[in-house]
Amino acid sequence: MNLLTVSGSPHVYTEESVSKIMYGVVLSLIPAALVSFWFFGLAAILVTLTAVVSCMFFEFIIQKYLLKGPVTVFDGSAVITGVLLAFIVPASLPLWMVVIGSLVSIGMAKMTFGGLGKNIFNPALVGRVFLMISFPVDMNMYPKPSAMSTQLTDIITGPTPLAIVKEGVAQGEKIADLVPQVPEYANLLMGNMGGSVGEISALAILLGGLFMLFRRIITWEIPTAYLGSVVILAGTLWLIDPNQYIDPLFHLITGGLMLGAIYMATDMVTSPMGRWGMIVYGIGCGFLTIIIRIFGAYPEGVAFAILIMNAFVPLINRAFKPQRFGEEVKNG
Amino acid sequence: MKTFKIGGIHPPENKLSESSPIKVLPLPESVSIPMGQHLGVPAVPVVQKGDRVKTGQMIAKGEAFISANVHSSVTGVVQKIDEISDSSGYRRKAIIIKTEPDEWEESIDLSPNLVKECTLTPEEIVKKVNEKGIVGMGGATFPSHVKLMIPPGKKADYLLINGVECEPYLTSDHRLMLEHGEEMLVGITIQMKALKVSKAIIGIENNKKDAIDHLRKLVTDFPGITVEPLKVKYPQGGEKQLIKALINREVPSGKLPIEVGCVVHNVGTSVAVYQAVQKNKPLIERVVTITGNSLKEPSNFLTRVGTHISVMIEAAGGLPEDTGKIIYGGPMMGKALNVPDAPITKGTSGILILPEKTTRRKTAVNCIRCGRCAGVCPMGLEPYLLAVLADKNRHEDCEHERIMDCMECGSCLYICPSGRPLLDHIRIGKGAVGKIIRSRNQ
Amino acid sequence: MNEITLFSVISLGSIGTLAAVILYFVAQKFKVIEDPRIDQVAEALPNANCGGCGYAGCRAFAEEIVRKQSLDGMNCPPGGNEVMKEIASLLGLEAEEQEPTIAVVKCSGTRENAPPKVNYEGAMTCSFAHTLFAGESGCPFGCLGCGDCVVSCDFDAIYMDKETGLPVVKDNCVSCGACVKACPRNIIELRKRGKKDRRIFVSCINTEKGGVARKNCSVACIGCGKCVKECKFDAIVFENNLAYIDYNKCTMCRKCAPVCPTNAIHELNFPPRRPKPTPESETATN
Repeated sequence: MNLLTVSGSPHVYTEESVSKIMYGVVLSLIPAALVSFWFFGLAAILVTLTAVVSCMFFEFIIQKYLLKGPVTVFDGSAVITGVLLAFIVPASLPLWMVVIGSLVSIGMAKMTFGGLGKNIFNPALVGRVFLMISFPVDMNMYPKPSAMSTQLTDIITGPTPLAIVKEGVAQGEKIADLVPQVPEYANLLMGNMGGSVGEISALAILLGGLFMLFRRIITWEIPTAYLGSVVILAGTLWLIDPNQYIDPLFHLITGGLMLGAIYMATDMVTSPMGRWGMIVYGIGCGFLTIIIRIFGAYPEGVAFAILIMNAFVPLINRAFKPQRFGEEVKNG
Repeated sequence: MKTFKIGGIHPPENKLSESSPIKVLPLPESVSIPMGQHLGVPAVPVVQKGDRVKTGQMIAKGEAFISANVHSSVTGVVQKIDEISDSSGYRRKAIIIKTEPDEWEESIDLSPNLVKECTLTPEEIVKKVNEKGIVGMGGATFPSHVKLMIPPGKKADYLLINGVECEPYLTSDHRLMLEHGEEMLVGITIQMKALKVSKAIIGIENNKKDAIDHLRKLVTDFPGITVEPLKVKYPQGGEKQLIKALINREVPSGKLPIEVGCVVHNVGTSVAVYQAVQKNKPLIERVVTITGNSLKEPSNFLTRVGTHISVMIEAAGGLPEDTGKIIYGGPMMGKALNVPDAPITKGTSGILILPEKTTRRKTAVNCIRCGRCAGVCPMGLEPYLLAVLADKNRHEDCEHERIMDCMECGSCLYICPSGRPLLDHIRIGKGAVGKIIRSRNQ
Repeated sequence: MNEITLFSVISLGSIGTLAAVILYFVAQKFKVIEDPRIDQVAEALPNANCGGCGYAGCRAFAEEIVRKQSLDGMNCPPGGNEVMKEIASLLGLEAEEQEPTIAVVKCSGTRENAPPKVNYEGAMTCSFAHTLFAGESGCPFGCLGCGDCVVSCDFDAIYMDKETGLPVVKDNCVSCGACVKACPRNIIELRKRGKKDRRIFVSCINTEKGGVARKNCSVACIGCGKCVKECKFDAIVFENNLAYIDYNKCTMCRKCAPVCPTNAIHELNFPPRRPKPTPESETATN
């Protein structure tokens, strides 16, 4: 018989583990991945694979040779960063740029802070923003979706619906004239629009989100607060002047909002821990997103909004403490 | 269905021995009765080596206010008064008695009939409980007579009986409620009389439906006592959580339940009070669950205090091959033994034998800041933060974050996906902060 | 020069002057007069802030010295006699010569001598393990091996020997006493370094009865008292089944070590003993 073990209580532990959570997230991303492979074909598959492999590779290199610590490449967190990074860049992006993005994501945003759990900003978003600022032309050329597409070269590119609306409004056109230029809402929901690899189908992402909710990987607070505040702010503006501002549903199902609200903002490491903190954080993300989308220079504001709110997370954690037991004495 | 509001977890219940009736464990060859079986000052032996003692005879006296008498659980000759390893491996004083056939102390009423009437005054009841060495049998082993005396200026209006048994695996309270329900109810009336309260609520988790039904039938004869089913959630058996669940009152931080007008006792204590007051029987035996996934016969034994655990393990079919941990108490708050030979004490509600593979801790990896520990903390604390602050010796910040409210229920360590030893660190912090607070108060 | 420039120069200039005047008076009012010697003393100290002197840091120690104007009971262990002499000359005082000390680990419960009976899992801190259980070997006095002393050392002078599971004090120990405080079992003691670093000590603090102690560890002090009888200088104190060598009385005669039946008395840095003269060689010399 082996030696008995002595340890402090408790002596039973949950089955859940970090890698189970991480691979749960990866699993939930499958619907969105399938949709993007359907619309963008081989290009999307290549971008995704490149990002995943290079993220894992860079994490391995840094952990093994730079930090000389334990190697935890297979805990799934690098896979998620890779998949998410691929999902928020255009499918037509040259692969060497994807590799650079992965290096920035893993090297700069994650490992410099001390690896898993220590980073302040969402690694995938940092990678994307880096690419967006370094290679603005390539990052703004979105391939047009075509079902069952297999082409790799000569991709026809076009603007995203958000860009169409933003450009149009800036040139003084009315929303009513712009709506026919963007795909129908049903198409937007399915993902038949120009956009980054994995962000196009709101429906597939919602499906993944439901799976994560069911697996208790995420909680309802952040997505609800995020999407809710987007609807409220966009809706208010739309009610004020429907000619100037497009309706809130359009905001919900275009661009990276769904992906951002369900996958990026809920990233455990970079989001607050308490319930009220999460709600405040979600609302902050929502407001910033709409403000950037409508008043900012970029057509899309999800990445910046979440990164800005990431910076506030330590403060939010400090300000919104959980309700302590015995704090308010109610005797009844 | 009622339950407490903040936090809580649902570990797998694993109540393996819930349908096995209480069996009497045969008398062991010798018993080692520790002097410190209760919270507070250890008792002082009043017998000497070579003395012959009867079953139920007092062998050590609790002289301080918070202390309890210890009685011999067997008849026999005192072999020696020595130091033996307790559950943690440290050596503590104990009286070792070689067993002979039982010869009970004359005053003890051994007849099985139920004595319902109690004519004693509250003061006499408290005195009797003190004399018979009754302590809280839920695990904390706080001397019961102290809890039955209400401090001056305070008033109690509820007596809450803890029949929750929220620890996985353990079933001793469950069986006790089923098989000794009436005795328990008489015990509760006696406690109510001592506390001068008119209402008592028995809180039972809903996974013990048979006990709820059984007691509901019985309480019709006992005015003032009600049975309240509770949602299954750990740690509902925590005193503060139980009060919150049953009567929706929150005990303020650092205060005792009497602050909100209630006193909480365990079902086992109530039966012991009945036996002490009505039958003159001191606390010398208790129901102990012995259980474990690979144990041959998980069962509930009526065991004499001082019986060695190894004897019990033999009676339950022997130690399984794959044993990784022997736990003294439940899996959430129990102590892992480093010698499988510690004696059963008044507070031992169970012996749990866990196989190696289920009891291995995960290798700790980085905190991924999921916040689950804060979500499940029944006291509304932030274990991840407390653990870091304690580790960095930031004791003032620990105190400010209310580390002393932690009751060490272990929910945070249970839930942590990174397998971090949160509670270990919090315990260190609690120890250090407690020391600071005590030195400040002096 | 246009008007804007002129205005800004004048306005900013006057604000600056005003602020300077206010600052000057405030500085005068709240002036803290500090003894300049505190700075000098603090300068002379090693400034490692180890706390070995018993004060919060080097500066607090300097303040206390200057305030007391005496060096009684004040000692800077890492600085040693040199630093104390320098401080004494700064303040015109006399420094008492202190014999240098070093931390000594009084446990030999290696994995071989005291085999583990259980396995510890959890936070690797002695302070927690100490509250939890007696230790892997079962000895309630022995080293727990989680390395609180190693963590506490600011000078990198103590390390965990992976083979034995015991901490080892390196020669660069400045005897600040941090490890002594960190050890929840009080195993580490500051003892005199001794001439040529030679030391003799009982490497055990177990006060249990011999039989019990021996059960857990083959090199425990079993309290037989042989060393006490052997010592001609009354340097060995015997209490609670445990022998303790008083380093103030010990003359390093090395007579006690060989008589110890469990080899609990350790000799450090002595030349190897000459092989015991066998009876034959004795007769030969005779």
